[in-house]
Amino acid sequence: MAPLLEIKDLHAEISGGRKIIDGMNLTINPGEIHAIMGPNGAGKSTLSYVLSGKPGYEITGGEVIFRGVNLLELSPDERAAQGLFLCFQYPLEIPGVSNMAFLHTAVNSQRRKRGEVELTSPELVRKVRELGQTLGINAEMLKRPVNVGFSGGEKKRNETLQMMLLEPYLCVLDEADSGLDIDALKVVSNGVNALRSPERSMLVITHYQRLLDYIVPDVVHVFAAGRIVHTGGKELALELEATGYAQYQNEAA
Amino acid sequence: MAAVQDTVEQVRSIDVDQYKYGFETDIESEKAPKGLCEDVIRYISAKKEEPEWMLQWRLDAYARWLTMQEPEWARVDYPQIDYQDLYYYSQPKAFKAPKSLDEVDPEILKTYAKLGIPLREQEILAGVEIPEGERPRIAVDAVFDSVSVATTFKEELKAAGVIFMPISEALREHPDLVKQYLGSVVPPTDNYFATLNQAVFSDGSFVYIPPGVRCPMELSTYFRINEKNTGQFERTLIIADKGSYVSYLEGCTAPMRDENQLHAAVVELVVLDDAEIKYSTVQNWYPGDADGKGGIYNFVTKRGDCRGKNSKISWTQVETGSAITWKYPSCVLRGEGSSGEFYSIAISNGRQQVDSGTKMIHLGKNTTSRIISKGISAGRSNNTYRGLVSAHRKAAGARNFTNCDSLLIGDNCGAHTVPYIEAKNPTAQFEHEATTSKISEDMLFYCMQRGLTQEDAVALVVNGFVRDVLQQLPMEFAVEAQKLISISLEGSVG
Repeated sequence: MAPLLEIKDLHAEISGGRKIIDGMNLTINPGEIHAIMGPNGAGKSTLSYVLSGKPGYEITGGEVIFRGVNLLELSPDERAAQGLFLCFQYPLEIPGVSNMAFLHTAVNSQRRKRGEVELTSPELVRKVRELGQTLGINAEMLKRPVNVGFSGGEKKRNETLQMMLLEPYLCVLDEADSGLDIDALKVVSNGVNALRSPERSMLVITHYQRLLDYIVPDVVHVFAAGRIVHTGGKELALELEATGYAQYQNEAA
Repeated sequence: MAAVQDTVEQVRSIDVDQYKYGFETDIESEKAPKGLCEDVIRYISAKKEEPEWMLQWRLDAYARWLTMQEPEWARVDYPQIDYQDLYYYSQPKAFKAPKSLDEVDPEILKTYAKLGIPLREQEILAGVEIPEGERPRIAVDAVFDSVSVATTFKEELKAAGVIFMPISEALREHPDLVKQYLGSVVPPTDNYFATLNQAVFSDGSFVYIPPGVRCPMELSTYFRINEKNTGQFERTLIIADKGSYVSYLEGCTAPMRDENQLHAAVVELVVLDDAEIKYSTVQNWYPGDADGKGGIYNFVTKRGDCRGKNSKISWTQVETGSAITWKYPSCVLRGEGSSGEFYSIAISNGRQQVDSGTKMIHLGKNTTSRIISKGISAGRSNNTYRGLVSAHRKAAGARNFTNCDSLLIGDNCGAHTVPYIEAKNPTAQFEHEATTSKISEDMLFYCMQRGLTQEDAVALVVNGFVRDVLQQLPMEFAVEAQKLISISLEGSVG
C-alpha cells in the first residue's frame, strides 16, 4: 500500500530567519493516526504550516509527497483540494461572512478544483445541519459570522465541523485541545473519531498527553529541535507525561 | 456564498486590469468654445433656450466664482486645474431633444447597451422573465456628456403624477417648480465647485413626486462622459412632496483617457413632511491607470434638506472610480423628527485619492442620523473619511450614531478618519465608533486552507467587511456593486 504522506529529509526556515525544521522524516499510511509531541518551541506548529503552505516559510531541502504528488509545489488552496486539512490552533475570525456561506464557498471551491459537481444550497444546508447536530452546533451559530465572538470551545467545534464537511484525506490537528474544557474536548474528539476510516489519516500535534486519551494514536513521535528524535506506540505518550522531554532535547542537541 | 462566486466568475470573464467601461463612442459633437467666460455661459443658456432669470442666475454665480478660492483642506493632491483649458459644453452633433426613443442616435443607444443600461422600454421588459407585475422596472434618464439623450417610462410616470425629465426640459415645462427649489439646498455661495456648477451646468435630472405618491418604480440617471477635455457639470434636483417616497439610483462611467477630466456635479434633494428619498450611487468613473495617469477628478456637492416634519433622506454610495473623489453627501435635518442616513463604501486602489464622508446637520428637535462608512484602501491609494455631525442649539434630543471602519490591503496605502463633532445643545447624543484593520495574511491563509483561491479569499473578506452597507442597496445595484468591488481590488494582493 502506498503511503498517504511521505516527508523526506525536510529542511525549512522562517523566511530570512532561523532554521526550524531540520532534516525531518515521516511516513503516514492511510488510516493511521500519528501523534507528534514535543516541547514548546520545537517547531511543531511550523510543521503544520509548512505542510499546508502558509506564506513566510522557506523550504531549503527535502520533499513531501502527498497522495502521489509533490505537495510543496502546490498553492495552499490546491493542497486543500488535494485533501489536506489543517485544524487551526487559533481559528481566524471573518467579520460579516456567515458561517454557512463560508462553508458553502469552501466546499464548492474544492469540488470545482477537483472537477466535481458543486453542491446546491439545499444540499449543503442539509448536510451542514446534520453534521452540526453531532457537534452541538445550532442554526444560530451557522448564521453568525465565521468565528466572530465564538468561545474557544465553539471555535474548535466549528473547525471540526469544517473538517467533517470537507472530508479530507489527512487531518492535521494543531493543538486541537487548547482552550477546551473537558466537555468540549469530548465533543471535538468524538467528531474526529467519527472521521476515522481506512482511507483517512490524522496527524495530531500536541504537547499534552490528555488529548490522546480521546484520540488514540497508532504511532507517537517525539519532535525536538526540528526533527523526529524518537518513535513509539501509544504508550510512549504516557511515558512522556511522566518523564518530560528533557532527555530528548539533550539527545537532539 | 453564491454571490461571491458570481462576483469572482464575472471578474474572471473580464481581462485583468481592464476598466470595463473604458471604450469611446465615435460620435461627432458640437462644443462651446474652449474656456470659461460670460459668453460661454450665454451660449449654454441659449442652447437650452432658458428663461432670462436662469441666465442671470448663472451669471451671478460666475461673478461670485471668480472671487472664490479652490478649497485646499481635503487630503488630495493634484496639479492645478486650468479652467480655461476645458470645454464646458458638448452635445452630440445634430442633437435635437428626442421626442421618442426612435429618434435617439443609434450610436448612443449602442453605447448604453454596451454599458448594460437598457434604454428601450420594450427591451427592459423583454429581457426579464418575471411574471407581470413583479418585474423590476427602472426608469432611466441617460446623460451623455452635457445633454440628456433619453428618458424612459415617461408616460407611465406621468400617469402617477411623477415628473421625471431632464432639468433643461423641466425649466421649460415646470418653470415655477424649478424656480422654487433650484439652489435652495446648495446656495450660490456654497463652495467653489458648486458655484462653478451653477454657472455652467448643462443638464441633469429633475424629479418631482406629488403629495402622497409612492413612485411606482425606481428612477435612475446614468451619466457618461465621452468627449475629450470636457468637464461634466450636471445638476440634479429631486423634490419629494408631503407623504411621498422615491428611490433614485445614479451610475457613472467614462472612457479611459490619459488626461484628467473634471466632473463637478450638484445634487439637491428636498423632502417635505413625512416624505422619504432614498438616493443610491454606484460611482465608477475611470480611476486612472496603476501609475496614476488619467482618471476623473470628481468634485461633487450632494445635499438633502429634510425640510418637513418626520422627513427622511438616505444616501447610499459605492465609490470605486475616479482619480480624485471629493464628495460629502449631506443631510440638513431641519424638520422636527426628521432623519438622515449615510451608508458608504469607498474603495481606492492604484493611485486613487478619496476624501469623502458626510455632514449631518441637526437643526430640528428630535432629529436622528446614522452614518456607516466602510473605506477600503489598496495599492498606493489614500482613503480619507471626513465627516461632520453638528447639533444646533435648538436641536433638542438630536441623536447620531457613527461607525467608520477602514480596511487596508497591503503596506503602501493609507486610511484616515477625520470626524468633526459639534454639539450646541446639551441634550444631543452623539456616538462615534471607528476601527482600522488590515486584511491579514493569516486571514487569507485560513480561507485558502479551506480551498479558496487568493482572489476568492480577498473578495470574501471584503464582501464581509462591507456587508452592512451592501444590504442598503436596491437588489440589482447590490449585485452590480459586489462585482465592482472585486474588479476594483484585482491585483491588490501580491
